[in-house]
Amino acid sequence: MEYFVANNIHKEYGPTKALDDVSISVSEGSIFGLLGPNGAGKTTLIRIINQITAPDRGEVFLGGHRMKASDVSKIGYLPEERGLYKKMKIGEQALYLAQLKGLSRRDALRSLKYWFEKFDIVSWWDKKVEELSKGMQQKVQFIATVVHNPSLLIFDEPFSGFDPINANLIKHEILELKQKGATIIFSTHNMGTVEDLCDHIALINKSRKILDGLVYDVKEQYKSNIFEISYRGDFQKIQAMLDSSFVILEHKENSRENTIRVQQSQGGENNELLRIVTATSEIVSFREVIPSMNDVFIKAVEMYNGSNK
Amino acid sequence: MNKTLIILKREYLTRVAKKSFIVTTLIVPILMVGLMVVPAWLASRDDKQERTIAVYDESTLFMGQLEQEGYTKYHFVDQGTYGSLRENLTANNEFYALLYIPANIYTNSQAQLSSPKQVPLELAEEIERKLSQIIESDKRQKVIASAGVPDLESQLEGTRTKVSVNTVKVTETGEERKSSSMVAFITSYAMGFIIYFFVFMYGSMVMRSVMEEKKNRIVEVIISSVKPFQLMAGKILGTALVGLTQVAIWIILIVVGLTITQSMLSPESAQEMGKNIMDSQAQMGPMQPDMSEAQNQIAEVIEMIGNLNIPLIIFGFIFYFLGGYLLYSSLMGAVGAAVDNDEDSQQLVLPVTFPLILSIILLFSISRNPEGSVAFWASIIPFTSPICMLARIPYGVPAWELLLSMSLLVITLIGVIWVAAKIYRTGILMYGKKVNLKELYKWLTYKG
Repeated sequence: MEYFVANNIHKEYGPTKALDDVSISVSEGSIFGLLGPNGAGKTTLIRIINQITAPDRGEVFLGGHRMKASDVSKIGYLPEERGLYKKMKIGEQALYLAQLKGLSRRDALRSLKYWFEKFDIVSWWDKKVEELSKGMQQKVQFIATVVHNPSLLIFDEPFSGFDPINANLIKHEILELKQKGATIIFSTHNMGTVEDLCDHIALINKSRKILDGLVYDVKEQYKSNIFEISYRGDFQKIQAMLDSSFVILEHKENSRENTIRVQQSQGGENNELLRIVTATSEIVSFREVIPSMNDVFIKAVEMYNGSNK
Repeated sequence: MNKTLIILKREYLTRVAKKSFIVTTLIVPILMVGLMVVPAWLASRDDKQERTIAVYDESTLFMGQLEQEGYTKYHFVDQGTYGSLRENLTANNEFYALLYIPANIYTNSQAQLSSPKQVPLELAEEIERKLSQIIESDKRQKVIASAGVPDLESQLEGTRTKVSVNTVKVTETGEERKSSSMVAFITSYAMGFIIYFFVFMYGSMVMRSVMEEKKNRIVEVIISSVKPFQLMAGKILGTALVGLTQVAIWIILIVVGLTITQSMLSPESAQEMGKNIMDSQAQMGPMQPDMSEAQNQIAEVIEMIGNLNIPLIIFGFIFYFLGGYLLYSSLMGAVGAAVDNDEDSQQLVLPVTFPLILSIILLFSISRNPEGSVAFWASIIPFTSPICMLARIPYGVPAWELLLSMSLLVITLIGVIWVAAKIYRTGILMYGKKVNLKELYKWLTYKG
C-alpha cells in the first residue's frame, strides 16, 4: 500500500530546472531513501512534500488523497538546515513548535513529557538553547519533529551533529517509529546508513530521477559478476584452467590461503567458476561481490553524467 | 488556536519580556517627565544670589539712577578705586563685577562688565535693559523739551498701540471657528514624528526578527507547519501590539508621573510651574505676554484645541499609523528575509526607508504651506502620505484629497504586501546568495 505518492513533479526557478518529471512512491511503514549529489533537487522535492513550495506541474498524494493544506500536521520534518531560537527556553520552544503543528497545549505537553523522559532530558526544560551543546540541540530538534506523532516523517541528514552514541540512539528511534507504522523519507549522503535503514531508494541527479527501486534490487542491478574466492592451492593451475570468459582482477597470496577476484562475462554460471577452483584447490570461501550503495551511487551518477554531456 | 495567533502571541510575549523593552519603556517616560518638569522647576526658582556691582560712570549720567532691583545692588566708585579694583579683579570679594560706563556711551552705546566669574546672561540683560531705558528716556525728555509742544509726552504715550490678530477659520457651513496655526503646527509635527519613530523602530524590529530566524535556521522548521505569509503576518501584528503596549504604558506613566510630581510640590509652586511651562511654550511667539495675557492665551489655546477636528485627527492618526507601519514593516521584513548578514541589510534598508526620511524633511515645507503643491503631492503619494497627509489634517484638508490619499495607500499596501510576501517566501530559504534588486525582481516571478 503506497502511503505517499508524487507524480510527474516539475519545478523551475526562473531558467533553472530544479525537478524534471520526478515521480516517487513510498510504501506505508517503510523507509525510503532519497539520494543524490548536492544540488540535485532533493531539497526542492522535500520542500514540495512539506508544502513549503508548490510544484509547477505534478500531483502529490498522501494516504490515497490529494495532499491538502491541513496535511502538514501529519508530516514531521527535520530539515538539513535546522536551528532553534537561541534565547528561548527549550520547553517553551518545543511547546511552541508542537502547537504550530496543530496540537493543543495539553496534548503537546503530554507528548513532550513522554519524549523528554525517553531521552532523559527533563531537566533541560527551562534551559535556554544557547546553553546546550550542538548534539543536545539536535535531540530537542528531533523531538520537535516527532512530537505530534506524524504518519509521514522526513529526515534530511538526521545524524549530522550527533556523536556516534547519540546517532545510534536516533537510528534506534527511527526504526522504532517505523515499527509503529510511520512512513519515513530519509535523505542523506551517508550510504552506510542507507544500507542499514532503507528499504527502497530513489536517486536524483541533475533534477531527474535516475534510479529507483528496492535496495536489494538496485544493488543486484549494479553488480558486475565479480566473485571473490579464498582457497588453499596453486594460483598457476587455476589461472591455466580459466578460459577467456573470466578475467582475473586481483590475486593475493599469503602463507595460509590465497584470494582472487574474478569477473565473469555475462551469461556465465556461478557454479562453473566454483567447479574450476574446486578441481585444483580447497575452497575456504566463495562469494559474489555485491556493490555497496556507495558504489551504486557513484556508478549511477557517473554513468548518467557521462551519457548526458 | 489559529496559527497566526500562536505566532503573534510568541512574538508579543518574548518581546515584552525582554530587558531592553522594559528598560526603554520605563526610562523614556522618566526622561519625558524630567524634560518637562526640571526646566520649569529650575525656572520657577528665582536667582537669589546677592550681587554688588561696582560702577565707574565716566559719563556721569547714571549716578543715582541705577537702583537696586531684586538681589542686585549697584555701588558707584571713582576712577582711582575702579583702577585698583580692575587690577585686583580676582582678589576682591566685595564686588561681584565691575561695570565701566565710558563717556561716549550716549553715542556709542557700549559699556563693559568685567568679572572674574562667568556673568549670567540674565544679569547682563538686566543691566543692558536698565542702561538702555535710562538713555532712552533721557533722550526722549530732551526731544520733548526742544520741540516745545505742550503735552507732547502724554500725546506720545497715546500713540502706543498693540494689535493682536485672531485667526478665524470659516467652515463650509459658514460657522466661524478660532484657529491657531501654532496649535495646528504643534499637533501636526508631533503626530508626524510619532509615526516616524514608531515605523522606524518597530519596522527595524520586524526586520531583525526575520533575520534572526533565517540566521538561526529555525525558519524552515516553522514554515513546514505554517505558511510563510502567516509567519510574517503574525510577526508584524505581534510587533505592532508591542508598540501599542509601549505607548499605553508611556501614557499611563507620564500621566501618573506628572500628577505625582505636581502633588509633591506645594500648590503654589505647582501653579508657578504650570505658568512657567506655558511661558516657555509661549516664548515661541513673537513677544512675551504678561501674566493676564498669558492666562487669556491659555484659555484661547484650549478653545482652539477644542476647535480642531479631533475625531478626524484621531481617525487619521490610527489609519495612517497602521498604514505606514504595515507598509514599511512588510518591506523591512522582506529585506530581512532577502539578506544573509547585517552589512547587506544596510544596503537594502536605505532605499526602503528613504521615503520615510524624506517625509520628515517635507514636514517643514508642509508646515510653511499646507496647501502648496509639495504638500499636496507628498500627502497623495503613498510612501510619504502616512506622515505628510497626517501632518496636513490639523490644518484642514479637502475631503477628496483625503479620500484619494487613503485609497492610494490601501491599494499600494495590498501591492506591497504581495511583493513583500513573495520576496519573503523565497528569501528566507535562500542562503549564501548576494542579493540585489535584479535578483529580487526575479523572485517575484517564481510560482508557489
